[in-house]
Amino acid sequence: MRRMGEYRLEVNGDTHEVSAPDHWTLLEVLRYRLGLTGSKQGCDKGDCGACTVLVDGRPVLSCLSLARASEGRAITTIEGLMPAHLRAGGKGADPVQEAFDRCGALQCGFCQPGMILSARALLNRCPAPSREQMRDALSGNLCRCTGYTQIFEAVESAVATSLGLTPAPRSWEAPPVAKEARP
Amino acid sequence: MSARDLHGPGAPWGPGEPGAKSNQEFVTVGKPHRKVDGIAKATGAAIYADDITLPGMLHAKTLRSPHPHAKIRRIDTSKARALKGVHAVITGESMPIKYGVIPWTPDENALAVDKVRFIGDPVAAVAAIDEDTANAALKLIEVEYELLHTFLDPRESLVRAEPAIHEGRKEGNISKSVQLEFGQVDEALASADVVVEDDYFFHGSTHAPIEPHCAVATYSPDGVLTLWSATQITHYVHRALSRVLELPAHRIRVIQPCLGGAFGGKSDPFSLEFCVAKLAMLTGRAVKMLWTREEVFYAHRGRHPMQLHYRSGATKDGKLTGVDAKILIDGGSYSSFGLVTTYYSGQLLTGPYHFPTYRFDSTRVFTNKPPCGPKRGHGSVQPRFAFEVQLDQLAEKLALDPIEIRRRNFQGDFTRTVNGQRVTSNGFLQCLDEVERASRWRERRGKLGFGRGLGVAGSMYISGTNYPVYPNEMPQAGIQLKVDRSGLVTVFTGGNDIGQGSNSMCAYIVSEELGIPIERIRVVAADTDLCPVDLGAYSSRVTFMVGNATIDACRKLREQLVAAVAEKWGCAPTRVRLLEGLAIDLEDTSRSMTSVEAFHLAETKFDTLGATGSYNTPKLGGDYRGGTIGASPAYSFTAHVVDASVDVETGRITVHDVWVAHDCGRALNPMIVAGQMEGSAYMGIAEALFEEHDVNRFGLHRGPSLLDYRLPTSLDTPEFRARIVESIDPEGPYGAKEAGEGPLHPSLPALSNAVYDAVGIRLKHLPFTPAKVLAALREKRERESVATAQGAR
Ligand code: FES
Ligand code: FES
Repeated sequence: MRRMGEYRLEVNGDTHEVSAPDHWTLLEVLRYRLGLTGSKQGCDKGDCGACTVLVDGRPVLSCLSLARASEGRAITTIEGLMPAHLRAGGKGADPVQEAFDRCGALQCGFCQPGMILSARALLNRCPAPSREQMRDALSGNLCRCTGYTQIFEAVESAVATSLGLTPAPRSWEAPPVAKEARP
Repeated sequence: MSARDLHGPGAPWGPGEPGAKSNQEFVTVGKPHRKVDGIAKATGAAIYADDITLPGMLHAKTLRSPHPHAKIRRIDTSKARALKGVHAVITGESMPIKYGVIPWTPDENALAVDKVRFIGDPVAAVAAIDEDTANAALKLIEVEYELLHTFLDPRESLVRAEPAIHEGRKEGNISKSVQLEFGQVDEALASADVVVEDDYFFHGSTHAPIEPHCAVATYSPDGVLTLWSATQITHYVHRALSRVLELPAHRIRVIQPCLGGAFGGKSDPFSLEFCVAKLAMLTGRAVKMLWTREEVFYAHRGRHPMQLHYRSGATKDGKLTGVDAKILIDGGSYSSFGLVTTYYSGQLLTGPYHFPTYRFDSTRVFTNKPPCGPKRGHGSVQPRFAFEVQLDQLAEKLALDPIEIRRRNFQGDFTRTVNGQRVTSNGFLQCLDEVERASRWRERRGKLGFGRGLGVAGSMYISGTNYPVYPNEMPQAGIQLKVDRSGLVTVFTGGNDIGQGSNSMCAYIVSEELGIPIERIRVVAADTDLCPVDLGAYSSRVTFMVGNATIDACRKLREQLVAAVAEKWGCAPTRVRLLEGLAIDLEDTSRSMTSVEAFHLAETKFDTLGATGSYNTPKLGGDYRGGTIGASPAYSFTAHVVDASVDVETGRITVHDVWVAHDCGRALNPMIVAGQMEGSAYMGIAEALFEEHDVNRFGLHRGPSLLDYRLPTSLDTPEFRARIVESIDPEGPYGAKEAGEGPLHPSLPALSNAVYDAVGIRLKHLPFTPAKVLAALREKRERESVATAQGAR
C-alpha cells in the first residue's frame, strides 16, 4: 500500500509544503510536484548525473535520494542559480551558466543542469581548479554530446573571468602541437 | 534568387569567384556566436518532452516481450482494465497497420501483432492515473506465447529461412542484399604488386542519448491530435501517425520540443508515439509515456554489427588498384533504415581515395535482437574501420608511411568516384597536413618507444543525400520568414535542432543576409502546424539544405527591403547594403536608416512582409539501381591522428590525444563545428574502447544500463584537438558542408593503427578490450618465439 507523506522542502530559498508518496525521490518531487523541471532524469538509477542538485552545497544525485530525506536541508536546483546571482547583486545568469553558454559547451543541453551544478560546487570549494581536478569533479556527469572538451573550456573560462584573466585560446583556435610524450 | 541558382559556378561565394568573401568580410558567419537556445538550456528553462505536464494527463507504460521469438497465442487484458485508475489498455489489434521509416519495408507494428521478434518487443500499453498504477496493470496482463527458434547468429539467418522472422518474404531471413561492381576487380587485384586480404569485425553500439525517449499526446474535442515527441524527424513521424492511426495528416500536429540528444537513435517512428496518440484518442485525456533507460536500450536502432572481409591491391608505389568487400550485416529484428544501411556499407567508401576498381557484396539479415538502425555515420563507420586498417597493412607491406600512402591515393577535388558519385570541394590533403603537423607525426611516429604509438586514418561522409526517404520532387527543405514591425524576424523551419545547433544556424544566416543582430531573430522549429516541411535531422543534411533554403528566403526578402530603401533614397538598389541593424548607402555612408525603418518602408510599399525559401538537390548519383543512395550534393573529409599507449601487463589502452582535422566547407560557427568534431571523435573512441551493445545466448541485453554499457566519463576521455579545414564548397551555404558525423569515422581505425605502432598488434575486432589486447600480445609473442626458434635451427 502506498503511503503519502507530508513534509517541507527548502528549494532555492523557498520553503515548499510537499505531499507526495513516501517512495518518491527528490527528483520526482522537484519535477512533478514542484514543477522544477530543470533537473533532468537520464537513468533514474544513479548512473548519469543529469539529476544532480546541490544539497547544502554538495552535489547529490536526486534520483537516488528520497525526497523526505532532504527535509531541513538547503536544496539548490539549476533554476536557483540565476536568481541567487541576481540577489547577490550580479547581472544575468550565474557566471558558470554564462560561461557554458559563451563557450558553446551546451549541445543538446540535457546533461547540463547537472554538469553546471557540479561545476558550480567545484568552483565554490576550489576557485581555480586544474583540468585534472575538473575531470575528477565532473566524472559523475555523463555528457554524450561534447566529448567534454568545451565543458572544460567553459569552466576554465568561468575561472578566468572570475580572476580577471584573459581566457586561454580555445582548442580549435590555437594550433596545438604535440607535447613530449607524457610518462 | 531561387535555391537552385546556388548550384554551380554562379554561387556567390568561394575562392576566385567575383564577389568572393573571406571570413573577415562576413559579419555573423564564421564567428563563435552563442547558440540561440544556449542560455535557456544553461538555466534549466528549456522544455524537453518529459518537462511537459498537461491538465488531467495520464501516464502510459508498455508491456514487453520476455521472449526473443514467439507467437502470441492469446492476450487477456481484462484484469488490467479492471484495475482502479486504469483508463485504457491497448494491444496489437488496436493498431494493426504496419509502418517503417523506409516506405518499401513496412514491417513494424506499434504493438506486436501475432508474434514478437526480440526481447523487449512491445506487446501492450496501459494508460493510468500514474506510473505506479500503469506498472501494476502491466503485471495483470496475461500473454500466452508459443516459443519459436531464436536466431542470434547472423550466419545462421543467412542460410536458414525457417522459421521466418518476418513471414511472407521471398528472401527468408535476409533483409536486403546488394552486389555492385565497378570495373574489373579480380583482374586489378591479380595484377597488383601487393594484396592484403583480411577479416574485420565491428560490434554493435548504441546511441545512448542522455534523454530517454518520451512522447505526450492530446486529442482535442474537434478531432486534432497533437503529439510532442523526442524525435529528430517530425515529418516522418507525422506521416507514420497518419498511416497507422488512419487519421488524415491535416488532423495531426507533431511538435519536437527541446531534444536531449539523438545521434540517429530518434530517427525512426517509435512505438511510444503511436501508443500515446491512440491512448489519448481512446480516453479523451492527455497521455505521456517516458521510457526507462532499459527500454531505450531495447529500442536501440544503433550501429549494425558487421563481419567484414576486405581484399585490396596496390602497386609498388602504393597506388590502389582495386578493393573487394564482402559484408554480413546483423540487422536485428526489423528493417528500420536497413535498405539504406546495406547500400551505405558499400557506397560510401569510395573517397577520399581513388579506387580504380571496386566491388562490394553486402547482405543484411534479420536476427532476434533489438533492431539496428542509423547511428552517427550511418552504415559507413564499419567499412571505414576495416578499410583504413587494411590501408595501414598495405602501407606496412610496402614500407610506406601511413600518411604518405593516403596522400598518394587522394582522389582530388571536383571529380567523380568509381561508383559515379560527384565530389566537389575536397580538403582531405589539408586535413592530412594538419594532423601530421599538429601531432608532430614525423618526429614522433615509431619513435615513442615500445608501448606508445601514433596512428592515422581518413574518411569521407555525405552532407545530406539526394534520395528522399519517400520519392517526391518537392523541396527537401523549406523555410518561411515573418517580419514584425518591431524589427523582429521569425524563422519558421521544419528542421530538427537536436543539439547540433541547427536553429542557431538559421539565425546566423538571417542575421548575415538581412544585416540584423542575432537577438532580433526568433526561430520556431519542428512544429508541423507552423513550419514548412523539412525532412529532418539525419544524413548530416541540415546545415547544407536548411542553410541554403534560409539563404533563399532571405534573398527574396532582402530584395524587397533594398528596393523600398532605394526608392526612398532615389538611388540604385545596388547601392543599398543591410548591415548591423542598418540600411546604408554604399556610396554615401553618411546616409543610413535603421532596419526597423527599412522594414516599415518595405511593408508600406509591398504588403505584409514575409518570404519562403527552399532547397532541393540537383540530380546526382550513378546511373544504376541504387546509384542515388549515397549521392550527396557535397562530401566532408576528415583525418585523425590518435596518440595511444598500451599497458602490456593489463592490456589496457589509454588514448592521450586525438587530432581531428575536418573539412567542413566553411565553418558557419567554428565553435559549434569544433563541438561537433570533438563530440564525434569522443563517440568513436568510446565505441572502440568501452561500449558494446550485445545480447546473451538467450537474447537478453547484456547490460541495458548506463553503468553496464560504459559511456566514457570525463576521466576516461582523451584530449580532442580540433583543426577546422575550410574548402569552401561551391554549393553549400557560404560554402559550408557537414560536421556532425564525418569526424567520427577515423577515430576507430586510427586508434587500431596507433596500437600497431605502439606494440605491433593489429586489432581488427572491435571493441578493443584488455582481454583482446592481451590475447593478441600473447599470439605475437608466440609467433615471434617460433620464428626465433626456427631461426636458431
Ligand atoms: S537520473 Fe539520476 S543519475 Fe541518472
Ligand atoms: S550536451 Fe548533450 S548530453 Fe551533454
